[in-house]
Amino acid sequence: MAYVRPVSKTTWYLAKRSYTVHMVQELTSLFVAILAFILLWGIGAVAGGPESYQAFLDSMNSTGMLFVMWGVTVVMFYHAVAWFSVTPKAMPIQRGEEFVPGSLIAGGHYVVWVVLSVIILLLAGVF
Amino acid sequence: MARVNKALFWSLFAAGGTLTAFVFPALAVVVLFTAYGHPPDIMAFEQIHGLLSNWLVKLAAFGTVALALWHAAHRMRTALHGIGLRADGLVAVVGYGIAALGTVLVAYYLLRI
Amino acid sequence: MSEIQLVLEILRYDPEKDQEPHFETYPVSCQDDWMVLDAINHVKDHVDTTISYRWSCHMAVCGSCGMMIDGDPKLACKAPVADYAGQTVRIEPLANFPIERDLVVVMDDFMEKLTRVKPYIIRKDEKPIEEGEYKQTPAELKKYKQFTLCINCLCCYAACPQYALIPEFIGPAALTMAHRYNQDSRDQGLAERQDVVATPEGAWECSFAGECSVVCPKHVDPAGALQQLKISTTVQWYKGLIGMGGK
Repeated sequence: MAYVRPVSKTTWYLAKRSYTVHMVQELTSLFVAILAFILLWGIGAVAGGPESYQAFLDSMNSTGMLFVMWGVTVVMFYHAVAWFSVTPKAMPIQRGEEFVPGSLIAGGHYVVWVVLSVIILLLAGVF
Repeated sequence: MARVNKALFWSLFAAGGTLTAFVFPALAVVVLFTAYGHPPDIMAFEQIHGLLSNWLVKLAAFGTVALALWHAAHRMRTALHGIGLRADGLVAVVGYGIAALGTVLVAYYLLRI
Repeated sequence: MSEIQLVLEILRYDPEKDQEPHFETYPVSCQDDWMVLDAINHVKDHVDTTISYRWSCHMAVCGSCGMMIDGDPKLACKAPVADYAGQTVRIEPLANFPIERDLVVVMDDFMEKLTRVKPYIIRKDEKPIEEGEYKQTPAELKKYKQFTLCINCLCCYAACPQYALIPEFIGPAALTMAHRYNQDSRDQGLAERQDVVATPEGAWECSFAGECSVVCPKHVDPAGALQQLKISTTVQWYKGLIGMGGK
């Protein structure tokens, strides 16, 4: 009778560091959702007119929100780095007999990221 | 439900992941400044109202918020399954349901601006 | 030629006698250029002839000697004892497979899944022999060449968290084979393979943990193949929506 070894469905990712890192990366999507909902809230506040928008700004200006936004900001940077590091595997670009090196593809993503981010921050008036 | 539609949900996840990787860090910084009580200039009502009145901006805002929600719904579905929450059908309905709700809401708000 | 001391902690399981596996310990004096496989062979030859395990080529091309070495799926013939000098090394059968006996696992599940993905050239229109061979440029070959290097050692299955949690998952090596044939210019079977690949237990079960590619001894990069498979499957689905389904 062949023996089947049990695997924990709830703690398997703790067995190996790379498994834990993978699970952490999956959970970054929670922070993506949080930011998306904050943006949704803000857009809704704008749609509601000046008073409702001011109420939104006042709600954002709190210690709790500050903690949340620090968490969200750090995790968003991590999400970007993690995403760009795996993208090259999913999109091989073949030129003749050779493939474009993954580092070049990732590098290209970083360049676009920096350019877009600077544009957003400039337009927003952060600097 | 799961069978063919997985291609749909996965493509939304992939598009959302790519888009949020590119723009969410910068947007998070803007919101972070706002949380400090020093909202950047764009966050003044006249500015942001003017910005969101533009149709191209409305489209971009809709796409960004919606894709971010669908990305999160799909990835959290996998993550929850990975930490032992086995009721995949329920998780899918709740997760995608929230994403759908958010999608409708952001469209509604944007149309009112 | 100096010596390296190792202690091998080998999982033992006799299906006719044991309820559960247990470990037995074997100290081994190794030559410094030995692989873990040589140490295990030494134990079998000189200490305990009852140990069962698979091995063959001893040069990392046959894929027989895959096993868990200190928790990592590796080919025993490709794991130098020098990496474990002076340590106790735990040797177990490949994870995520039922144990048949000692270090031998039951591979039937993989064999069935490999067959299911149709890992062969599928033609819609056969060319008669008189018209000559199917020609392929070096660039066309390069497109899928890496994925042909799989030796079916199953290390990727042992590493894959999804296969561990969801036994129905078709798995890295089998799905990579599907992708290998999809990418082959001589093949016309992409649409036919969709029935197997575009299922919840097919490409969609992969969560891109990437462990399979980390452990693959032949650098096939099944993780990359699976993401590419997800993309081609998605494109195929969208094509199907607008009526362009057949490849």
